[in-house]
Amino acid sequence: MSDANDPMAEIRASFFIECEELMEAMQDGLTTLDEGDDDPETINVVFRAVHSIKGGAGAFGLEALVRFAHRYETALDDVRSNKFTPDADAMRLFFSCADHLSDLIRVCRDDDAIPDDRSAELLAQLDTLLGGAAEEEEEVSADDFEPMGVSISLDLDGLGDLPPLDFDVDDAAPMDETPCYHIRFKPEQEMFETGNEPQMLLRNLAALGEATIECDLRDLPPLEALAAETSYLSWDITLIADVDEAEIREIFEFVDGLCELSVRRAGSDTDAPAVTAPIETSSDGFADLPEPPATVPDDPDVPVAAAPAPVAAALAPSAPSAAPAPEEKTARKPAPAKAAGAAANGPKSVVRVDLERIERLVNLVGELVINQAMLSQSLEQAGLSPHSDAMNGLEEFQRLTRDIQDSVMMIRAQPVKSLFQRMSRIVRESSAGVGKNVRLVTVGEGTEVDKTVIERLADPLTHMIRNAVDHGLESTEDRRAAGKSAEGIVTLSAAHRSGRVIIEVSDDGAGINRKRVLEIATNKGLVPADASLTDSDIDNLLFAPGFSTASEVSDLSGRGVGMDVVKTAIQSLGGRITITSEAGKGTKFSISLPLTLAVLDGMVVNVADETLVVPLNVVVETLSLGAADVEMLRPGKYIVRVRGEFVPLFDLGVELGYREARDSYVGAIVLLIAYEDGARAALIIDGIQDQRQVVIKGLDDSFFRAPGIAAATILGDGQIALILDPADIIAEASGASRTEALSA
Amino acid sequence: MSLNILAVDDSRTMRDMIRLALVPVGFTVHLADDGLHGLEVLDGLEPDVIITDINMPRMDGFGFIDAVRDQDDHRATPILVLTTESSAELKMRARNAGATGWIVKPFDPAKLVKALQMVAG
Repeated sequence: MSDANDPMAEIRASFFIECEELMEAMQDGLTTLDEGDDDPETINVVFRAVHSIKGGAGAFGLEALVRFAHRYETALDDVRSNKFTPDADAMRLFFSCADHLSDLIRVCRDDDAIPDDRSAELLAQLDTLLGGAAEEEEEVSADDFEPMGVSISLDLDGLGDLPPLDFDVDDAAPMDETPCYHIRFKPEQEMFETGNEPQMLLRNLAALGEATIECDLRDLPPLEALAAETSYLSWDITLIADVDEAEIREIFEFVDGLCELSVRRAGSDTDAPAVTAPIETSSDGFADLPEPPATVPDDPDVPVAAAPAPVAAALAPSAPSAAPAPEEKTARKPAPAKAAGAAANGPKSVVRVDLERIERLVNLVGELVINQAMLSQSLEQAGLSPHSDAMNGLEEFQRLTRDIQDSVMMIRAQPVKSLFQRMSRIVRESSAGVGKNVRLVTVGEGTEVDKTVIERLADPLTHMIRNAVDHGLESTEDRRAAGKSAEGIVTLSAAHRSGRVIIEVSDDGAGINRKRVLEIATNKGLVPADASLTDSDIDNLLFAPGFSTASEVSDLSGRGVGMDVVKTAIQSLGGRITITSEAGKGTKFSISLPLTLAVLDGMVVNVADETLVVPLNVVVETLSLGAADVEMLRPGKYIVRVRGEFVPLFDLGVELGYREARDSYVGAIVLLIAYEDGARAALIIDGIQDQRQVVIKGLDDSFFRAPGIAAATILGDGQIALILDPADIIAEASGASRTEALSA
Repeated sequence: MSLNILAVDDSRTMRDMIRLALVPVGFTVHLADDGLHGLEVLDGLEPDVIITDINMPRMDGFGFIDAVRDQDDHRATPILVLTTESSAELKMRARNAGATGWIVKPFDPAKLVKALQMVAG
């Protein structure tokens, strides 16, 4: 079976996707349980998730996973059946087990080495928690879950309600002749209520060899006394077959306890008469009993699902007369996946699509947007009336393009829930690491964000959460001393706000120790010793490269990664990160991200003969400056008055290095820019061309990161334009001016 | 002998496995996600054998077997329970609900086929 078309490989991949979904349901359930929910369905959901993971893992021979899931499942079953009520410690263990289960799944998926120590450790804890039962369970699990092996056969254990039958002959020396069995079978009435048919059982029995079947009618009452629901018949069967007793009993496995059954092997002295005829027949040479008709593939090794073709090939040369057989086999060999799809009712209306295909679609839609913009431009240049059919049609085209784009983006959007769930694990692990009692509160889990964004947020968010637990929150003693609850709270929230996604990580800790931060920054030479910085300036020093080093970070949030790396990661997503902190109340990091990485609504502007795009969502209004509006603070530093409020003024051409500063800004056009945190600034531009949707084309990594430039796009006329990140430009400009001020 | 099978299991992986085991040997397989869905799919269907899981949301396997047996059309339809537990107690419960037999997961595809053929008669 080639790997490419191996249906098992496909199912295996699908199994791991299902595992992710199950783990998500499980995390949800555990969290709900932890919050004190006592709805029985909650624990059922958790139990079923583990159970399904175990079942699937067994099918793929993932024994480590099966073993762990089995014991965990047993523990959950105890909760389910009210044998055990979990306290806080038990819940913590359950969470740890869930985390470990998730690790095991990943390890199995990637064929990595299995961390056995952790399994053993957690299993031991489960044993301690729930007491005993472990050994017995282990045994059961070992028996039950041989990969692809165990099935309906020989499953006679646990059915002890039948008295042991005559096994005396079993130990007799093996005989050369084909064995002969006497079987008596009398169904009880209940057997008929389970869908088992005597006729079918007898036929299966006959298929084993040469059978003589007699129906015993002795118990049948006269018609007037006959009760329709009562079973009166019994059968005596003589079977000559090269099988052992277990195989015969296997046929009756499902009706064990629902019938009277005796199986005795002839040939022992206890059992002489009544079998003369069959024994005589047996001398006719039953050594090679004909296989029973096609129904039962007796050899369990025949790979039913896989290899009809080789069978046909093997048959062809030796037995040309058997031509129909190969044909029949070939006919029975549909391409599994296709046939399966056609024959089966699909599971719910969900389609799994390769991410690459979606990426392709997103790119194509991007091209469509560009194309539409080009078309729009050429029609305008051709001087068509805005009321012409062509222009009306174009308008409709624009609307459709936008709808398609929204729909495509929706395909890529995913709730942030899975990301948040991962963070709850980070909180558990990191709080245990530093001995703090921490609870994670999540808000807005349903907020949908582009899949790529979610994936790329995982690392920065992990770091921020660790930081919050490690540095943000005080020790339990300090919290008590400050009159706070011993349990620290880290809040992780997501929301859509003015066309962006806002993700916030906040803690209710002591707030940033600004004195200490300034001290560190000064010691490291990040700011001059005599600098006078605002609170916000100091807070932002946390993002300065080189602020955080291994010498002063704990083993938790450390690993040599500072908040500057987090900031860079967020910026590479077209996002911004801000920090606010209040002494004694806590610290909040706020990340603002574009909804999508693919398109944005932009304002196309001219600056020093360059065409640039400013994201529309930050532009509050456009103004033309009058003489009275601008005030110079000092040379090169201006502010502008906007409705009684003073806003810093920056010349985009100067900041981007396109030109020298002008002498006068009277009459200049400015864009008033605002950010999520309410801060504002005014940017001087030379002219506004248009507002339109642009497709974001990332700048290749081979470009160095240019400050203030977020990405690039292709405009309708085919021209390439840079997309600005105004906040970055202003931060750069302010930073520069502040450094100037400081050193002045 | 081609059989018409209804398989009810909440695990997608398990449903895929069943399909993979049965479709290539020429069986027609209908799938359902849980007991209630199973009853919906069963409506108007005449399966030769029904396979059902036990632990499922909304309606579990016991409830499903009960409900199937309540339908005159399916009083005698063979029902195999697909279970990871091989405990006698579970088998007795399944049988009391009206199950014909059981298959222990993970199953060997060939043996699943064999078991289905055996009970289908």
